[in-house]
Amino acid sequence: MTTTELENPLVEGLERLPVHPTTLVIFGATGDLSRRKLLPAIYNLAHEGALPERFNLVGSSRSRMSDDEFRDQARESITRFSRRQPDPTVLDALLERMRYVPGSFDDAEAYKTLDATLAGFEEEAGQPLNRCFYLSTAPEFFPVIVERLGAQRLQHHDDAEVRIVIEKPFGTTLAEAEELNHRVLRVFREQQVFRIDHYLGKETVQNLMAFRFANGLFEPVWNRNYIDNIQITAAEDIGIGTRAGYYDHAGALRDLVQNHMLQLLCHVAMEPPVHFTADEIRDEKVKVLRSIPAPAEDELERIAMRAQYAPGRVGGEDVPGYLQEEGVPPDSNTETYAALRLHIDNWRWAGVPFYLRTGKRLARKVTEIAITLKPVPHLAFQQDGSVGVRPNQLILTLQPNEGVSLSLGAKIPGSRMRIRPVNMEFLYGTTFMSQSPEAYERLILDAMRGDATLFTRNDEVEAQWRIIDPIVTRWEATPGPLPQYESGTQGPAEADALLDDGQRWRAV
Amino acid sequence: MPGTIDTVWTARDTTPAGIEAALRRARGDVHRENASYVPARVLNLVCVVDKAYSGEIANRLRRVGRYHPSRTIVCAVEPGREQLDAVATIAAPSEVGHGEIGLLRETVVVDVGPKHLSRLDRIVDPLVVPDLTTAVWAPHGHNEGVDSLLHLAQAVLVDSVDEADPRDALLRACKLSGEAYVVDLAWLRSTPWRERVAATFDPPKLRSDLRVLSAVTVRHHPESEAAAMLFVGWLASRLGWEVGRLTPRANGLELSAHTRRQDARVRLEPDEALQVRGLAGIVLETASGRWLSLERGPGGLRAHYRHRRGIDRTWTILGASRGEAGILGEGIRQALLRDPTYTPALRAAERMAG
Repeated sequence: MTTTELENPLVEGLERLPVHPTTLVIFGATGDLSRRKLLPAIYNLAHEGALPERFNLVGSSRSRMSDDEFRDQARESITRFSRRQPDPTVLDALLERMRYVPGSFDDAEAYKTLDATLAGFEEEAGQPLNRCFYLSTAPEFFPVIVERLGAQRLQHHDDAEVRIVIEKPFGTTLAEAEELNHRVLRVFREQQVFRIDHYLGKETVQNLMAFRFANGLFEPVWNRNYIDNIQITAAEDIGIGTRAGYYDHAGALRDLVQNHMLQLLCHVAMEPPVHFTADEIRDEKVKVLRSIPAPAEDELERIAMRAQYAPGRVGGEDVPGYLQEEGVPPDSNTETYAALRLHIDNWRWAGVPFYLRTGKRLARKVTEIAITLKPVPHLAFQQDGSVGVRPNQLILTLQPNEGVSLSLGAKIPGSRMRIRPVNMEFLYGTTFMSQSPEAYERLILDAMRGDATLFTRNDEVEAQWRIIDPIVTRWEATPGPLPQYESGTQGPAEADALLDDGQRWRAV
Repeated sequence: MPGTIDTVWTARDTTPAGIEAALRRARGDVHRENASYVPARVLNLVCVVDKAYSGEIANRLRRVGRYHPSRTIVCAVEPGREQLDAVATIAAPSEVGHGEIGLLRETVVVDVGPKHLSRLDRIVDPLVVPDLTTAVWAPHGHNEGVDSLLHLAQAVLVDSVDEADPRDALLRACKLSGEAYVVDLAWLRSTPWRERVAATFDPPKLRSDLRVLSAVTVRHHPESEAAAMLFVGWLASRLGWEVGRLTPRANGLELSAHTRRQDARVRLEPDEALQVRGLAGIVLETASGRWLSLERGPGGLRAHYRHRRGIDRTWTILGASRGEAGILGEGIRQALLRDPTYTPALRAAERMAG
């Protein structure tokens, strides 16, 4: 191969592609997400030699502290939350590259200090460095920070790339999401904006695309002709813990359905992209979302239901109900369980119901996609004495044990033709023993590299909200009390009303 | 490190069929005992080792951690041995959380004699899990045994720095690469260096400097000449250099590589101070006046950049040392992947070794 201006012949065959020298700025650097996820993820990237060869980190938040105090806090967070025991020499070298800029997020002076700090790093490096601003703050500060960055002209660099990573939630209604997009895109170009949905960084979600598009076996049946219904479940066995402040404002619909579960639906339902590029994948996902009609006012009762967990026993322990949790108002009408019935109006999926449900304090923790095929058209043999022939089910489990399971009818050994369902199971863990990187490791690296494949585009976010917004609006306007389900159970019986005749929820 | 519960089966004067049947039975027993236990299905690793040093190899394998093969078959060669003795172990994690799976790892140690080596495949074939990639690793030589296994194997692990003469090592790797995918631990030792050199020249403005590389110096552990040759072989093959034979000069080896624009001086130097195998440092110079050195240092590689216009900078490129266990683990992982740049680098290195 010859050396050309366009190609670097040395990158061929390397697993880790070079990332341009970068300074990462974390707003909200002393917050919970930064301490538990971002700083440990950055350490792990450093440990593996995956960070850019010149890397600096600037932490910023309202707390007054020195560089050294911030480093001490970062060391403590990394040591406590990293998935591996830190190597002291790497950790020391990483901490040496950290600076801290205190200030409230609307304080113009703090941005001047930040600007000077960034310039100082470039002076030291003798080259322009890419800049990646990570907004790990409360959502009300997103537009404030974006506008201050713009006012300080930090959204652009003549000789380097500038990117901004925005954490969820990206709005809590369609109007808010549109407004936030509008304010962000007045300062940054869409190509600079990386909206986080950390679910997309999980290996398990990326595996969905590999499963669908690297195997010819399933495509012929992946449509309305063969599939009866699809259930997407994200069940948790735990309650809200100490997150009452956040959760009571969000609820299950905003917390999981609007973003993560609709992403799973898109991955299941999208058409194969021509190329595996960020925009082609996101184009296909947006097409799916646009094919889902926004719920009409008069059909909301039939397609969406909510509930709250009541006291019960989980794992042999008595647990309180949602309304008895510390910090939850006794008259709260925030849902801890949400179930939806959606339809995708396109050639592939017309008439196939997609059921989405999520809940806290259910019988167990599981995230899965269950694809139920239509029953066989005719049975040539009797089924007396058997549990019967059931439609085939393909289960894609995302957690806790990532795998694929196919239920088949098999003959029970004996002289008669009796059938019972058996499972053919594949567990990723038995075949890929490597430890998956934390989602944030992948996402931080992709953002620094400028690869937006695993991030949500502006039109995608708005398309998600267009589906969810009417439900949110109705639920907020409808006072409680909500249906209750006993903790540690399968969830509310009322959710059965969403299903077609003859269908039932898969056991959690 | 979580503990394991080992189910062990031993037999003297046994047969491969007997070992395989025992493993199957033991696996069934373990699964019946706890349905959460499932066999891992990643890779068969066949190790051909001297019996006297098999414990050391077992220790090395124990330390590879997450990239452990799912079934390890150790053929321990003992002088004068006539019959086969075997120990099969199924290791299960002692604790499996509710709703989780416990992965079983299987190890079979078969004591064989030198007379078995020429037809080692007849012993190993019934013991490998079908349809999984099989990799062969023979850290103590036993080339005859390896050759007999090549038709069963998709990958061969070698360590070109193990041979006293790097020429022999590179020739052997070249021969093996015609029959299986070769994973060379000496090559993997140079991965961070290759990544960093690739990153240095990745900015579009600097890519043209690859055309004017004028000197490359590689310092290496005294026994890791092959690793240094592979690094230079990589540069040569990626950049289209023509390389001749290295010749001894001033306590090192040198050659002049013909590039499209000018010749590049290549020098390999042993570094007596380096305690671990692999590379100690590299220096790249360009005709355009750039000078870059990378050295091992605490917390990563220490980079030093100079330009004849008076620029002089140093910094640390973050990264932890993988250690020998990490290198072996990486080798096992690489047996399931394919690096298209190794074989061209190997062929260039072999030309340099003469």
